[in-house]
Amino acid sequence: MSFYGEESRYPGILSWIFSTDHKRIGLLYLITMLLFFATGATLGILMRLELIAPGSTIMEATSYNAVFTLHGVIMIFLFIIPGLAAPFGNFFLPLQLGARDVAFPKLNLLSWWFFVGGGAIVLSSLFVGEGPPDTGWTIYAPYSIRTTSAVSLAVFGVFVIGLSSILTGINFLTTIHRMRAPGMTWFRMPLFIWSLYATAWVQVIATPVIGITLLLVILERTLGIGFFDPAKGGDPLLFQHLFWIYSHPAVYIMILPAMGAVSEIIPVFARKSIFGYKAIAISSVAIAVVGYLVWGHHMFTSGISYEARLAFSLFTFLVAIPSGVKVFNWVASLYKGSIELSAPMLYTLAFIFLFSIGGLSGLVQGALVTNVHIHDTYFIVAHFHYIMFGGAAFGFFAALHYWYPKMFGRMYDRKAAKAAWFIKFIGFNVLYFPMFVLGWQGMPRRYFDYLPQYQDLHMISTVGSWILVTGLIIMFANLIISLRHGAVAGANPWKAATLEWQVPSPPPPENFAEIPTVTSGPYDFGRFRDK
Amino acid sequence: MSTAVDSISHEHGDYAGSKIGMWLFLLTEIVLFGGLFLLYSVFRSSNAVAFHNAATELNAGIGALNTLILLTSSLAMALAVSAVQKGEVRAATVSLSVTIVLGLVFLVSKYAEWSEKIHHGIYPNSPELGLRDYGEGLFYSLYYVMTGLHGLHVLGGIVALIVMLVLLRRGAVGRDDFAKIENTGLYWHLVDLIWIFLFPLFYLIT
Repeated sequence: MSFYGEESRYPGILSWIFSTDHKRIGLLYLITMLLFFATGATLGILMRLELIAPGSTIMEATSYNAVFTLHGVIMIFLFIIPGLAAPFGNFFLPLQLGARDVAFPKLNLLSWWFFVGGGAIVLSSLFVGEGPPDTGWTIYAPYSIRTTSAVSLAVFGVFVIGLSSILTGINFLTTIHRMRAPGMTWFRMPLFIWSLYATAWVQVIATPVIGITLLLVILERTLGIGFFDPAKGGDPLLFQHLFWIYSHPAVYIMILPAMGAVSEIIPVFARKSIFGYKAIAISSVAIAVVGYLVWGHHMFTSGISYEARLAFSLFTFLVAIPSGVKVFNWVASLYKGSIELSAPMLYTLAFIFLFSIGGLSGLVQGALVTNVHIHDTYFIVAHFHYIMFGGAAFGFFAALHYWYPKMFGRMYDRKAAKAAWFIKFIGFNVLYFPMFVLGWQGMPRRYFDYLPQYQDLHMISTVGSWILVTGLIIMFANLIISLRHGAVAGANPWKAATLEWQVPSPPPPENFAEIPTVTSGPYDFGRFRDK
Repeated sequence: MSTAVDSISHEHGDYAGSKIGMWLFLLTEIVLFGGLFLLYSVFRSSNAVAFHNAATELNAGIGALNTLILLTSSLAMALAVSAVQKGEVRAATVSLSVTIVLGLVFLVSKYAEWSEKIHHGIYPNSPELGLRDYGEGLFYSLYYVMTGLHGLHVLGGIVALIVMLVLLRRGAVGRDDFAKIENTGLYWHLVDLIWIFLFPLFYLIT
């Protein structure tokens, strides 16, 4: 019997939304996040359509401001920050560790409720008050203090989502420390768990900073405390510091679990143990540590001192090293492997390619001189979409295609999955690569209108968004149809060696009839050789 | 085998796990207040004279009294935890009740202090503060935000203590399972500790 058939005290949907089973909670996250993703993607498409020609095309400037703000807030706080950790982390952390659940199952359910509650509050800001927030997702003071749009409500929603993120982090850290199966030493843990471990530390240490910052924005708007308001002796730069002290490490909350999933997929589809296991594991932690010290690179043109800019630029270059360590190890793992180009592997290869472009363009911005030229231009937009969409979201899709048969017990149509991947890969590059050029030529980000000389590239980019969405629709249609009509997958369709594949698909309610004893590393494929 | 199942279905079975979770939570609390301490240090360094002038208006006597109240409550809390571990339910009940009462006394005193200040027109964005130096306004904004957030934590702590009292009477907390009350104690001590920093920063440095 799988966990889908588990007896519950509650009927119907209540047996899901009141379940403390980590697998059900993981799927709850997956479903809610994909709904938020669809909302954010729709807003993105509308933005691109508006930008197909100069001047007003389908919306007014104020609507455009609201649309790009909500696109950013929804995609960042409701999709890519929970990212892979919330759905796949919840589902697979106990399974990969050889445990029956996370350390605090009730707290885990509470985290999901906070997530959904916070998401509902954010979305309600669309309809309440004097129009949706129009500040951009960065809610920079002093504009966020003065605008009459529903900033306070949206910000409170994000605060609640932050609570969810903190509680998940605490839960995962405790789980990893306390609930490893016998024989599961730190260096026998799958690399996905290492990435979750590093991510959870960032969640715990960084998220409270945004929590207090958001509360201060609300107090600023309601009581006029003046911390960020120059008219009262406050300093908007302090807001930027506090905001980025969280929001830069948050980038690593987004990307680290994707790196972890990629590190799982590569050895399985190259039929080869991962190259440099320890280097990949430690580099996750190194990224988390150094990533905490680079926030000032968002503020190079904000008027911080030269010495501060020098230090932040240096650390920005340093944080590229552990990322580079990972990329080189992944590529080395492929070398002389017996590579099988299934959908998860194709997404993984796209991840490495797109993440490398995103990462290297990040260094262009990390250098003080070039930063001045491209600051707040489309170059930045291109860069972070290559990291967040090309990196984190392609990693998300890789994980989705990799673990789909385990979660649902069925296999999707593999040809359709590859077709969707190909269309998305093309669409993605057509959509975002022109933005590098646009930015270099001087097109500022967040602008509703532009000079005629930018139109060609904007039009190419908009066409790319249509291709990308076509690929997304094919992918989701394939995955949804296969829930019922896919072929039965079996326990271990990829012949992977980690623990989650050694139980039936979908897993039974308590995961393991008997807690396994671990005697080898996570990528030891020797046992499959005889078959 | 069955013990392994118990330890998982019984989420409080893992004593060390619940401790790790609590300490991590306390870490997030420190970072939460850390943002405010950061603002305090920046504004203090840029408005040293105004901060000095503003602080002289706060009553250090009441601040000291509040410090004494919270320190005593922490003592009572520690006694309660130790009584629970020894299985002395009566003594634990008394100590917990004393902790709760002292927490309430602290809040009442804080309420009186705030009311008096607000009565004199000293509150964020007030016309009175608008006439003074920017720094004095920032000082009092910090004062209200930091002691306010701290007060909310005291309130939350009191609620947790009342829950512990109920669990203690029901026997759900006792010699065999004292992780919950220990964790509540850790939280209470942290809230106390934060006040130990707030007291000199607002009342003593003049």
